[in-house]
Amino acid sequence: MNETPLETDTLSVTYTGDREIEAVKGVSIAFPANRLTTIIGPSGCGKSTLLKSLNRLHEIQQHVEIDGDVLLSGDSVYDTDEPAPEIRKQIGYVPQTPTALPLSIYENVAYGLRIHDDYESKADLDEKVETYLRKVNLWEEVHDRMDAPGAELSTGQIQRLCVARSLAVEPEVLLCDEVTSALDPISAESVEETLEALKSEYTIVMVTHSMAQARRLADRVVFLYLGEVVEAGDVRSFFEDPQTERTRQFIGGPTPVDPGSAGDTTEAEDASTAAELAASSPPEES
Amino acid sequence: MNRYAKQRLFGAAVRAAALLVVGVMVLVVSVTLVRGGRVLLTDPAIVVTPPGSRYMLEGTGGFLHAVLGSVFVVGPATAISMVFAVSTATYLQSDYSSERFSESVNMFLNVLWGTPPIVYGVFVLTIIIAIGAQTSLFFGVVAIAIFQYPIMTRYTDEALRAAPDGVRESTYGLGATRFESARMTVRAAAPGIIAGLIMGFARGIGDAATVLFTTGRSTRMPGGLFDAATTLPVLIFDQAMSFNPEVRSHAYAASFVLTVVVLGLILVSKLLAGRYARYTPGG
Repeated sequence: MNETPLETDTLSVTYTGDREIEAVKGVSIAFPANRLTTIIGPSGCGKSTLLKSLNRLHEIQQHVEIDGDVLLSGDSVYDTDEPAPEIRKQIGYVPQTPTALPLSIYENVAYGLRIHDDYESKADLDEKVETYLRKVNLWEEVHDRMDAPGAELSTGQIQRLCVARSLAVEPEVLLCDEVTSALDPISAESVEETLEALKSEYTIVMVTHSMAQARRLADRVVFLYLGEVVEAGDVRSFFEDPQTERTRQFIGGPTPVDPGSAGDTTEAEDASTAAELAASSPPEES
Repeated sequence: MNRYAKQRLFGAAVRAAALLVVGVMVLVVSVTLVRGGRVLLTDPAIVVTPPGSRYMLEGTGGFLHAVLGSVFVVGPATAISMVFAVSTATYLQSDYSSERFSESVNMFLNVLWGTPPIVYGVFVLTIIIAIGAQTSLFFGVVAIAIFQYPIMTRYTDEALRAAPDGVRESTYGLGATRFESARMTVRAAAPGIIAGLIMGFARGIGDAATVLFTTGRSTRMPGGLFDAATTLPVLIFDQAMSFNPEVRSHAYAASFVLTVVVLGLILVSKLLAGRYARYTPGG
């Protein structure tokens, strides 16, 4: 198995609309296999832009330019004859807002399989739908109403449905963009439990605002500030022994990582440390 | 005047305005329904009876020719217009189109939206004269389709704009092509698109100015695509101008039919939109 299925090579992303903004600046990171890597940083630091450039999802927007490269199992994601949809199939994406496609629960999971013609028979499709709903712990909750609209599920269930839908096309890497930010604490916990269970099987890259969540879930942390990687490393060393002053300010000083004490840091604390950091070094972009 | 007095005054003004609009609407609809209903209760067969040879003079027979004329003109026109409207709106909202181009087309659509329907009628009449043809169902279909196109495109465009971004992002994130993603976005916008479709049909079936110059007039049943025909709004106008009280009373009966069709369509659009809204994110 490739130890780092996904890596970036001096990747830069520039918005070239009315005003030119370089949102990601020469980032080189490797994302280890079967690990969950979180990208953290204050708002507007380029986290989501970086995430979307990993599978060329930024191309659905206009006025975005890319420099550098992204390598999937050693092959360029940009310098290739493969169409972008094929790249996105291999590098799945779960959006920030839980969005059920306007289809039934069953068809939501089957959608990706259908468009890629990734099933042999109806029985095979049924089996795959069940498998991936089980993977996200949703099968027991929905198996008796598979024909009901996906939009009728709770937001937490919809987000798990989104994860199941993305996993169903069997991507090599899964990108998650602040997947719990729109959820209530109970729903967020269920999504976190799902990701926790999946991270040993999949290479997951997750953007999050919450350092508490990064502590709970991540194997590896990348701290992005104004489009540049300030520090990246193992979750324990990142939080317990930060190497830069900026990281220390952002996380509010070295703090122990203890899976048992998950949830000690609140979103409010995250926000206040981000605010302190922003106050101590004003961002160059507004 | 203190701020609470201003608030009360504003509240009273908006309530009065709403009451005035609703009152006028109820008055128009109820007069049409009561007077038309009275005629139809006496002789309901006039809706399904072809006109007699002296229908416009003596009111012999019924106005089935105009009912069918309206259906034959507006039905195909709506189908044609819908295909173009959904295609245009999808193009404008998709990544196929640049923002600048979309803005220009939207401005153009706004101009078309505001153009009086009689202008479309005159435009198609110019073509009829230029090619030496005659007024007929075919040219009525063309004129009504042109008239409906900006209405339905704007409704569809608004519906697609309101569709959640998450649908687009999710489909692309799963490896969908632009076409597959656009199809799913159209599906997510289905309630709004259906509303636009019904509104286009309702505006088309109720319009007299566009068909006046293009479909022509006839007191016979619609014969073929290139024969003249009469639609309900044109018939109502002709009936209302008649010196014969019985023919004039048929104007209310025909208005009743037109009003009930439009109300029925609005009801159907609500039901269909509600059905699709169950599947729509946030719907």
